[in-house]
Order: sequence, then C-alpha cells, then structure tokens
Amino acid sequence: MIERIIVHTLVSGGVYAILAVGFSLIFGVARVLNMAHTSFYALAAFGTFLLLSPVVGLELAVAPSVIIIIVVVGALGMLAYKLFINPVREHHAAVLLITIALAMIVEEILVWRFGGQNRTIRFLVPGTVDIFGITIVNQNLLTLGVVAVTIVAVWLILSKTRLGIAIRAVANDTEIAGLMGISASRVLMITMGIASALAAIAGVVMAPLTTIVPTMWASPLMTTMVVVIIGGLGSIKGSIIGAFILGFVSALSVLDPLSLLRGGGAYLNMTFTLAAMVIVLIVRPGGLFGTLFEEEKL
Amino acid sequence: MFRRLLKDFRFSVLPVPGRVIAVVFFLFLFLFPVISGHPLYMRMFTFASIFAIFAVSWDLLSGYTGLVNFGHALFFGVAAYTTALLYKFLGWQPSVTIPLAVLAATIAGVVTCFPALRLRGPYLSLLTLAFPLMLLGIVMFFKEYTGAEYGIPGLPSLGGSASEQYYICLIAMTASVLIMWKLTDAGSKYVRTGLIFHAIREDEIAARATGINTVRYKMLAFAVGGLFAGLAGALYAHAQGIVGIGSLNLTMSFQAIIWVLFGGAVTIYGGVVGVYTLYPLVFLSRRVQAFFSTIGNALPEVPATVPLVKILEFLHELAGRPYLVLAVIVILILLFMPEGIAVWIRDKIERECPRCKLTNVAWRKECRACGASLH
Repeated sequence: MIERIIVHTLVSGGVYAILAVGFSLIFGVARVLNMAHTSFYALAAFGTFLLLSPVVGLELAVAPSVIIIIVVVGALGMLAYKLFINPVREHHAAVLLITIALAMIVEEILVWRFGGQNRTIRFLVPGTVDIFGITIVNQNLLTLGVVAVTIVAVWLILSKTRLGIAIRAVANDTEIAGLMGISASRVLMITMGIASALAAIAGVVMAPLTTIVPTMWASPLMTTMVVVIIGGLGSIKGSIIGAFILGFVSALSVLDPLSLLRGGGAYLNMTFTLAAMVIVLIVRPGGLFGTLFEEEKL
Repeated sequence: MFRRLLKDFRFSVLPVPGRVIAVVFFLFLFLFPVISGHPLYMRMFTFASIFAIFAVSWDLLSGYTGLVNFGHALFFGVAAYTTALLYKFLGWQPSVTIPLAVLAATIAGVVTCFPALRLRGPYLSLLTLAFPLMLLGIVMFFKEYTGAEYGIPGLPSLGGSASEQYYICLIAMTASVLIMWKLTDAGSKYVRTGLIFHAIREDEIAARATGINTVRYKMLAFAVGGLFAGLAGALYAHAQGIVGIGSLNLTMSFQAIIWVLFGGAVTIYGGVVGVYTLYPLVFLSRRVQAFFSTIGNALPEVPATVPLVKILEFLHELAGRPYLVLAVIVILILLFMPEGIAVWIRDKIERECPRCKLTNVAWRKECRACGASLH
C-alpha cells in the first residue's frame, strides 16, 4: 500500500514536474500562458506510437526514435511560436485564445489521422526489478531516471550556459537584455523550443503508461496549470515541488481511501484540485514560490 | 411621434451603411418564418439568437471592462441547470423557472466577482476558467439529480410551436442587445456606465483617482454579464429540451470568446455578427459535407488521381471537422484582423467627419452635414 503510493507519487509527480517546468519556463520568460503546451505532449505520445508500435509497422530502435520525436516536437514548438504566438505576444487574451485554437487544431488533426479510439503501446523496457523488497516495473524506473536527468539538465542549461544566462536576462527585463546585445525574439523562440521538447519528453515516457487518445492533452493541461499556480507561475523550483504535491494527491485518489466517494471520487478530485488552485490564487496570488510582477498587482 | 421616427430614420439611419445593414438584418430575422419557415433553418436561427445574447454578455463583461473571463459558461450552465432542476423536481413551468434561473446566474456573477477583484491579467483568466469546471465536477458527482453525462431530458419547449419559440428567442435577443448596447454606450447622456467601463479597461488606477468606485462598477459588470448569460442559458435549456454537461464545459466558454473576437470586441454588435456568421458554419457542416459528396457522385467516372477529385475529398473531410475550420479561422482573425471582422468592414464602408464627428459613407467626398472635406 505505502510503496504503491510512493511509486505512484514519484512517477506521476515526476511527469507533472517536467510538464510544469516547461509551462512555467515559457510563462516566466515570455509571459505566455501556453494552453497548447500539453498538445506537444500528445503529439510526442502519438509520435511514439507511430514509430514504436508494431501495429503501424515502423518498428524502429527505441533510442533514435525517441531523439527524433523530441527534436521534431521541439522544432514544431519553435515554429508555432514564430508563426502564431510572437505576433500577438503583448495581448494575453489573444495569446490564450490562439494557443487554445492550436490545441484544438492538434486534436482535430490527430483524430483525422489516427481516429478517436484508445491505443496503447508496450513498455519501452520490459521486466521488473526489486528494490528493498518493493517490486517496481522497469518502465517506472526509466521514467524516474529520465525525469531526474531532464530536470538536472534544465537546471544546468539555465544556470551554467550562455544561453541560460540570456534566457534569464530576457525573463528579468526584455528591454535591458536587448541593450546588452541579446536578440530577445530569438531567445524566446529557443525557450519555446526547450519547453516543447520538455513536453515531448513527458509524452514519450508517459506513452506506455497511459492510453493514447487525441483528447489526452486536456486533463494534463488542467493538472499542469494547477501545479504551476500552486508552485508560483514562472518559478521552476515551485513547479517541481507543486508537481510532487499533486502527484501525491493523485496517488491518494487513485487508491481511493475514502470509500464514501466511491464511483464519483474522480470527478470531485478535479473539483477539489481546482478549488486548491482558486484558494492559492486568492490567498497568495504569486503561488508558494512565485513572484508577482509589479504591474500585475492590484 | 411617428413623423419624428420617420425623420430619424431618414437622416440618421439611411446615410450610414452600418445602420442600414443592421436594420435590414433584423427585418430579415423578423420576417424569416413568414418567408421560408424551413424547420432546420428556423432551429438554426433560434439557437443563433440565444448564443448572440451569450456572446454579447461576454463582450459587456470582458471586452468593456478588460476583466477577461474564460469561464463564461458558468453563468450559462448555472441558469440551464437551475431551470432544469426546478422543472424536474418541483414541476414549475418555464415562465417561473426562467426568471429564477436568471436570478441564480446573476448571483453567480456577483459571487465570482469577489475573488476576481483581487486578480488581473492571466491570473484572472485562469481563476475564472476553473469555476465552470469545478461545478462540472459537482454535477458529475450528483448523478442521481443531474443525470451526469446523460443530462436532464424532457424539458418543455418555450412556446407552443417552432415559430413561437423562434420569436420568443429573437425578441429576447433584440431586447437584451439593445439594453446592453445602451448600458455600454460611452457617449450616452443618461447612463454613465459605458464611459466608466472604458475608463476601467484603459487605466483602472486613473479611474479610481478621478473618484470612480471601480469595485462597484466591476461588480455591476459581473452581475449584468451573468444576468444575460443566464438568460441565454435558460432559453437554451428549453429550446434544446435537454440540459447536459455541454453547457458547462470549456468549449462553451471559448465559443463565446471566439464569436466576439471574430466579430469585433468592445462593440456589442461584433458578438451578434460573430454568432450569426460562425454558428451556421458549425450547424450546417453536415449539410455542406453532404453537398460535397453529391458533387463527387455527380461527376462522371474519373480516376482518383485527378486533382479535382482529391480537392473534393479534402473539402469533404474538412466539412466533417467544423471545429478545425473554426480554430483556423480564429488564428487567422487574431493574426490579420485583430479588431474583428465587423469592425474591419465598418472601417471600409464608413468614415467619421474630422470636423463634426458625424459618420459618413466612405465614398462621399464631403461631410453630409457640415460640408468639410473627408480626405
């Protein structure tokens, strides 16, 4: 019981963490609330299905196809930013709408090309392993490893490289960064590429653990938004901590300890999660670790 | 009285093409059942009238005050479920339940307002996005009362016949749009709300500094927006005969925004234009699809590689995905006509006189009142 909760918390929390870090990154740097963020996650999951499933027939080796998917989805993210988001970046309502429209387009195209039925693929790595007497599916272990490596990599990129310094400079003050010779629009596009690649990583590792349907972007988007708001919009550390908090909550609700909610628990789960988000927004609009920009205060 | 009306019509409606189009459009809507009465189109225009109220109420709340509400379906759904539950469990008739439902939606608007007052920008949008989804979770949980995804069926329709229902919705739409138009008219001599809403959107701190109680007016915007969205929701429940979770989900909230932005935000008439253009597109998508297959079948036998056949097949597929088309239209409008299509057209056919601020037809050389050159 306890070990199942721990494993579930770590795995789902880790995947939420990757999604939330990407979402938070692009908001923190470009002030863009990207509602199409989890569409890249869905695209990556469908890409995994296309390249690795025996049903389609394109059974490639795992490692190169994963790299192809992440690079392609990252490039799609940059393209989407350049074509659609950049021209309306100053108007937050227009950004929200245009990204929602993008998400709708991705879903419709996926339905068109793949049909609406549920699909699954087998685990990328087979077998199980015993750690301290707990049996863990290797796929979960792989997911945890990927999550850890990804988060460390993002942290290293942001804190050690020239690109990371440029990204943080643009996030801090776009105009001054421009005066220092940083091309803000290029940095923002690269940031969007990184964020979409992060969503793609989450999509690839989640693909074997979930059912692949064109509507699979909606529920992770809700969770990601709640995670990011609880942690604080724009804060990477807050996103990671918020993700594990929500992973724990979802682990509890999956195991359904409150038998009185049996049957309807999943629906009220959404209500309670969103209620937590609303309470955080009202009591502490900056989230647990976020900073509220001066012009957004009332 | 009648002569004054005639004079008004001759001198302030006829010379302005936008107003002529509006008058012709409403005349067409009022005469439509007499001209055609085709049940499919009657149904389409009935729902278009209802959604026009919904879209314009979003424009009043979010366009005018800048409080971008992403959960407008909350008011729609609250009213729809209120009227449905009152009918189902108490057996009350629509004439009683619709006003109560509108009241419930107004209260929902005022309640939403309190947390919304603390936030702005994207935070406010995310907050409002959450409310209808929270209610949706509650609706799904109490299945024995709300029927969860099956909804509450068997609601009485609005009038005895289809045309009666058509006229009820049309009159409700005309009246609501007129009221909201007058409420938001910044140049009005009698109501100050329009001017104040504009001031709040442009610069709330400056508005407060001039002595406007902005909190009270924001609340008013939420209450009025909730009231009219609720009216739309209650009418929709009875016109449809069933209330389902579709009235609360994200698509419903976004549709209102899409319609208004398509037509033109902060104009009131933009929402009406948006609904009457885009709603038929989705409503008639199956007909369009059937139309393309008829063309395809009527063609003589040709190999499937001919480009025309490919194009027809593509159009057929596309007509089956109205939301894809809708999303593409939204993106194109936001990128190339950010002020909306109605405003774009209006700017093409009308021009304001630089001296006396009177609206003229764009192709006139001199102002019709003061004779100033328009170029």
